[in-house]
Amino acid sequence: MANRTIYLDNAATTKMSKTAINAMLPYFDGIYGNPSSLHSAGQAAAEALQEARERIAVCLGCTAKEITFTSGGSEADNQAIRSAAKLGERKGKKHIISTKIEHHAVLHTLKKLESEGFSVTLLDVDENGLVSAKQVADAITADTCLVTVMFANNEIGTIEPIREIGSVCREKGVLFHTDAVQAAGHLPIDVNEQNIDLLSLSAHKFHGPKGIGALYARKGVALTTLIEGGAQERGKRAGTENLPAIMGMAAALEEACASMGETAKRLTALRDRLIAGLSEIPHGILNGDRTRRLPGNVSFCFEGIEGESLLLLLDDKGVCASSGSACTSGSLDPSHVLLAIGRVHDVAHGSLRLTLSEETTEEEIDYTIEAVREVVGYLRNMSPVWRDLQSGKREFIIK
Amino acid sequence: MALYSEKVMDHFRNPRNVGVIEDADGIGEVGNAKCGDIMKMYLKIDGDVITDVKFETFGCGSAIASSSMATELIKGKPVSEALKLTNKAVAEALDGLPAYKLHCSVLAEEAIKKALQDYYERNGIDYDRSQFPQCETCGHCGD
Repeated sequence: MANRTIYLDNAATTKMSKTAINAMLPYFDGIYGNPSSLHSAGQAAAEALQEARERIAVCLGCTAKEITFTSGGSEADNQAIRSAAKLGERKGKKHIISTKIEHHAVLHTLKKLESEGFSVTLLDVDENGLVSAKQVADAITADTCLVTVMFANNEIGTIEPIREIGSVCREKGVLFHTDAVQAAGHLPIDVNEQNIDLLSLSAHKFHGPKGIGALYARKGVALTTLIEGGAQERGKRAGTENLPAIMGMAAALEEACASMGETAKRLTALRDRLIAGLSEIPHGILNGDRTRRLPGNVSFCFEGIEGESLLLLLDDKGVCASSGSACTSGSLDPSHVLLAIGRVHDVAHGSLRLTLSEETTEEEIDYTIEAVREVVGYLRNMSPVWRDLQSGKREFIIK
Repeated sequence: MALYSEKVMDHFRNPRNVGVIEDADGIGEVGNAKCGDIMKMYLKIDGDVITDVKFETFGCGSAIASSSMATELIKGKPVSEALKLTNKAVAEALDGLPAYKLHCSVLAEEAIKKALQDYYERNGIDYDRSQFPQCETCGHCGD
């Protein structure tokens, strides 16, 4: 319906950068050999693979040997957690600590491990979505084999105190994994300085291709193989390497890291402009921490409306957004993240997430503020909940 | 979005009969905000005919479309016919709903029945209770 598209769902996925696309092209029909082959075509591919591994390692502050390529963030999360659990089990340690706001790739893996005899502590977060290093320290027992806390939350954008949590884990001799899918390429990462033992990332969140990710595992942390087969990735992940995607990921990550400071500065200004504009809509509330926040993340809840209808009408106006409402997920409950920061169901259903990219303009932000204002007003006008709130029959939850 | 049929999107984008009837003869509200959908139906009944119907809905695209379609299906119809409205008829008139959205059509049926029940109660008209849902029986929320 709209004659323009404003893509504000960059936490879901991003548009590939030209640099990343160009980096991939030679590896489809030029250097297309199998890196495991002994002949020159294979060895040319093996060299490129090694070079990509080194370039990615530089971006994370680790060595190439500590990088394992995976199909994406979910696989990296699964493998990191499974590996730490296996290592713990060998020492008779079967307790894992995480938070209530993790991605399902983490939460569902932990659920599975629980059914296999592990005990899992999911830490609460505060009203801004923050977990503290002290909470982690207090939860660690002699039985704890792993702490896994996301670098930054995908829904509300809150950035966790990773270095401090890592430091606590280091002190207590517990492995520390972080799901950095939303952080890689957007926030500075240095696995040594931040005391990280295992880290997951996914290329398509920083303008790289889909279907490729990486798992960093500190030297000495043995990985468990999830996919059996050939000896690729030093036997830790079978299957012929997706070299074009790996080259695309390396290029995208390098590019994102090189321009990180500048991009963050620009996005933060746009983000704050959007937050300020949406804050003027009455009975709405910002989700997540105001400042300890991903540069491109804006998340709000608006009382009296439901998120899916909000998304559909915004889409009609050309704005691509996302929501944590139950109706958008196909489940009965709204987002576990919004519930964890204390949003009640009624309010959590009316959530809206807008995530910016390098291409977002000020004009698009202003258009979006107006579009959201209009759609929220329109939906409230036909909402019996809003009528009851207005008449005083029902009390406002968001003042 | 291909999630919904053209019909659903049409009724969602241009909902028919949105609003309130101040002097309604019957009002029915079902669902709850906790589950993310509430529908409220207002009926104006003259003799045995539903002369006007309006709705208000808090909910997703299919909830709004189901409400709109349900009002269209009963407007101008005799009460006896409106009573026979099923969720299936609502969903079919919308060219189908995704399986996990079928409860929206159930809510639309129940909202109309509840408004009719309210009309009977207000006017002291005897009616067959078994024709009406005892409470919100959709089972969507679990409470």
